[in-house]
Amino acid sequence: MSTTSAPPRPRRLLFGNRPTRSRLLRGLAKHSVMIVTLTLMLYPLLWMFGASLRPDNQVFNTLGLWTGDLTWDNYADGWAGGGQLNFSRFFFNSLTITVLSIVGNLIACALTAYAFARLEFRFKKPLFALVIGTLLLPYHVTLVPQYILFNQLDWVGTVLPLVVPKFMATDAFFIFLMVQFIRALPPSLDDAARLDGCGHWGIFWRVVIPLSVPALGTTALFTFINTWNDFLGPMLYLTEPDAWTVSQGLATFLDATGQSAYGSLFAMSTLSLVPVLAFFIAAQKLLVEGIATSGLK
Amino acid sequence: MKKNDTGPDGGRTQVLPPPPPTPQGRPPAGPRRRSRRASSENRAAFAFLTPWLIGMLVFTLGPMLFSLYLAFTRYDLSGAPEWVGFANFERMFTTDPRYLDSVSVTLTYVAWSVPLLLAVSLGLAMLLNRGLRFLTGYRALFYLPSLIGGSVAVAALWRQIFGEEGIVNKALALVGIEHTSWIGDPDSALYTIVILQVWTFGSAMVIFLAGLRQVPQELYDAASVDGAGALRRFRSVTLPMLSPLIFFNLLLSVVNAFQAFTSAYVVSNGSGGPSDSTLFYTLYLYEQGFAQLNMGYAAAMAWVLVLGLALFTGCLFLSSRYWVHYGDER
Repeated sequence: MSTTSAPPRPRRLLFGNRPTRSRLLRGLAKHSVMIVTLTLMLYPLLWMFGASLRPDNQVFNTLGLWTGDLTWDNYADGWAGGGQLNFSRFFFNSLTITVLSIVGNLIACALTAYAFARLEFRFKKPLFALVIGTLLLPYHVTLVPQYILFNQLDWVGTVLPLVVPKFMATDAFFIFLMVQFIRALPPSLDDAARLDGCGHWGIFWRVVIPLSVPALGTTALFTFINTWNDFLGPMLYLTEPDAWTVSQGLATFLDATGQSAYGSLFAMSTLSLVPVLAFFIAAQKLLVEGIATSGLK
Repeated sequence: MKKNDTGPDGGRTQVLPPPPPTPQGRPPAGPRRRSRRASSENRAAFAFLTPWLIGMLVFTLGPMLFSLYLAFTRYDLSGAPEWVGFANFERMFTTDPRYLDSVSVTLTYVAWSVPLLLAVSLGLAMLLNRGLRFLTGYRALFYLPSLIGGSVAVAALWRQIFGEEGIVNKALALVGIEHTSWIGDPDSALYTIVILQVWTFGSAMVIFLAGLRQVPQELYDAASVDGAGALRRFRSVTLPMLSPLIFFNLLLSVVNAFQAFTSAYVVSNGSGGPSDSTLFYTLYLYEQGFAQLNMGYAAAMAWVLVLGLALFTGCLFLSSRYWVHYGDER
């Protein structure tokens, strides 16, 4: 108690010598565990970045990170591609699908979540149970019939199968996340808005949405990451090389690559991770807090 | 928490005794007004729910029912599905050894990756928890792999790391151990993917960290006073207090592990090899449904997975009564 207000005195320090030293040692031990673990974990990524800067014949030469003749040639070569590989096109496609998915998820999930969190209606309980039920439903069970459906609709080969379901709030996880968030907003705000003449739409648009920015941000970020990384969906539905996403491009590149073009493969792999990392760095706090609170309910 | 939410019409309109000017210009009283308000709220709610309802019917429930029907048919996208009764299920469990292989591969994968992931994430969360500097920095860096672990880029990288000339073998060579490709060896290929899954422990760790912060320090102090050592404090305070989050993470990582696809597909080049050692359930389902167009068979496989997972999570929920403690004060 007294130590917090009074400046530390030398005598005190002498007295508290042993505990502080052991605490210091323990802190040091903890930091070294952290740093060793982190190095082991992140080394592959750093190595890949290093390898992407080495000429092809030196890619696998070394365990080191930045050794050999460093060059950006692999990036130029990989981007230029050849044959079916056209990474500027792939990045554009991935970006289009990702942006549409984010917009769809935000609109549809927010509308749904508002109804479940704020309104009373018939069959509310069983319908919400349905949301929770689909939360744990493995996607495989709809994989085949959805393909048949989209095939009948003649949507195979377009981005529609990947994007349209997002506008229909098929991602129960985000509904759940937003319901939890909106429930925690004080209901008195709704009442105030209602007295000012707002209907449900007004309350949703002017009160709930502006206050839900953290939940919306988390949803946008996770949708971004899931869609950007998705591989199975695009592989099923985007059959023409012109429509491929970055994931598909990389997988094809990997198949076609002998030992010769690993430099370019690593260069394009690194590039494909950059948007995710950039998003993460920009919104690290929001993301980590978001997942922590969604887990805690 | 829930008590505040319920009954908006019951609670909110009657809070203000002097009637405020309502849109209808009537005082909020009597059952008629309440029912009118309720019915308008009913209509508004379903307007908000329209996209979700359509999606639920068209993209989830409808397809589920259709796939249940398909599971009893033979269908290859051309013509009409042909009813075959239980033939698909019989084939799965009697004449299709690859199916049983895929089940055992997936179960092995889950049995290794889930406990490892939970142990690593809990252990590091405990280390990170109390008064360590640079906490946010560490947390962010540990979290990073779980963002990219499902990508093709990382799976492709994994194939190189554990390949013949990969950095794992390079590192082993430094201490004089020679080893062939870990990916090419049927005995080790699956475990490289287990490592990839465990590598993404960050999201579970973040959840544990948030939970640890809510464990009251008094509990630890009281336990210490009672003479509990570090291990005892962990067993009697930390584990019970964290049990809801352990349950949550267990559930999530089991469901995730059962659905792993990209890593297995890319690492094995789409084949599930070498000699089917990485033939995950999802991979085999994909192969049957979309490479060989045995869509009825694939649908049957999907339903067996759903039932299996439902059974598994059901048991998990039942068991949770005995080991998950929800504190009263929370």
